[in-house]
Amino acid sequence: MVHEWALADALARYIVYRISGEGKKNVKRVIIRLGVLQSIDKEILGFALKEILESMGYQVKQIDFEDEEPVLKCRKCGYEWKPNMNVFGETIREAIHFVPETIFSYYKCPHCGSRDFDIVKGRGIDVTLIEVE
Amino acid sequence: MIRLDPRLLAARERLSHIKLVVPVMSSKGGVGKTVIAGTLALLLTKNNVETGLLDLDFTNPGLHILLGADIRSWPEEEKGVVPPKIYGVRFMTAAYYSGDEPLPLRGRYVDEVFKEILCITRWPGVEVLVIDTPPGIRDEALNILTYIPSPKPLIVGTSCPLAVHSVEKLIKVLRESNHEIIGLVENMADQPGPLRRLSEKYGIDYLGNIPYIKDLDTAIGSPDKLVELLSPYLARVIEKIRTIIS
Repeated sequence: MVHEWALADALARYIVYRISGEGKKNVKRVIIRLGVLQSIDKEILGFALKEILESMGYQVKQIDFEDEEPVLKCRKCGYEWKPNMNVFGETIREAIHFVPETIFSYYKCPHCGSRDFDIVKGRGIDVTLIEVE
Repeated sequence: MIRLDPRLLAARERLSHIKLVVPVMSSKGGVGKTVIAGTLALLLTKNNVETGLLDLDFTNPGLHILLGADIRSWPEEEKGVVPPKIYGVRFMTAAYYSGDEPLPLRGRYVDEVFKEILCITRWPGVEVLVIDTPPGIRDEALNILTYIPSPKPLIVGTSCPLAVHSVEKLIKVLRESNHEIIGLVENMADQPGPLRRLSEKYGIDYLGNIPYIKDLDTAIGSPDKLVELLSPYLARVIEKIRTIIS
């Protein structure tokens, strides 16, 4: 059982937290923004989210995912780039999957070699829309 | 509508069955927090208390070295991650994922790692969670006080005036935010010193002094030896924790 379940659990609790005041149990549509940096398995995440919401007494009809490609920007030289995650081996991709900030352990600015860069976007998971009926 | 990070909702759930969370804190570095946190977890386990241990010093993790833990063996995945048991202690660290590489983090990324790890980590059966913290009153310390329900810190310091002044500031922060302090331990002190006076001033339990132990470095990586060297000095801390959870 992969750790997408833990993230789905967090999303389910958040969705319930957001709509519990409305007294409605049917969720028509949810949009989830997924930072690609973390390489989340959408199929497992969507399945787990539905299962967990059902166990909490809520039904969800449609889950849509919006990918957000990662962009990094070096604080030292200002270079901005889109990282190619395929340059890493499976172990490092897995590490970033669990804790995305471990990218600072394995990645440097391709222009100046600094580890002091920002993750401008493409990290994490967020619920951007909840429609209830 | 108040906007919350979804991970925090899950994190609270993961910690909800734990009877007591004990962050080992000091705003001064080099006072022995890691050694005391790790050994405390080992001793609690030896006293039949199911114990978890979390290394929150993400940029400079040391607990795995202290315990001689093999960080190449990652936590098991089971609807999140379940930390492995090291000498009976469920042990979690970001070092499983950063390996032996440096992990330089600015403040906002410390915050992200904190939320991510607390969201994904499950602590089955754990009664007491001991947390090793980095020095300072910054992201890690503030996150513990803000996001973890009812933590009861154990404060560690030395008799050095720099440490005493620093510890007093931490006590003020904890008091202002109404956090119950389990007690204060004076490390590397042959006898009770200024930290006992500080504990009397603030009405905090003084849980003992630990003398400077010359051979301590030889115990790094050897949990049995750590327990042997430090158990006499942490007996009052163990007793107090057992009283709280009973």
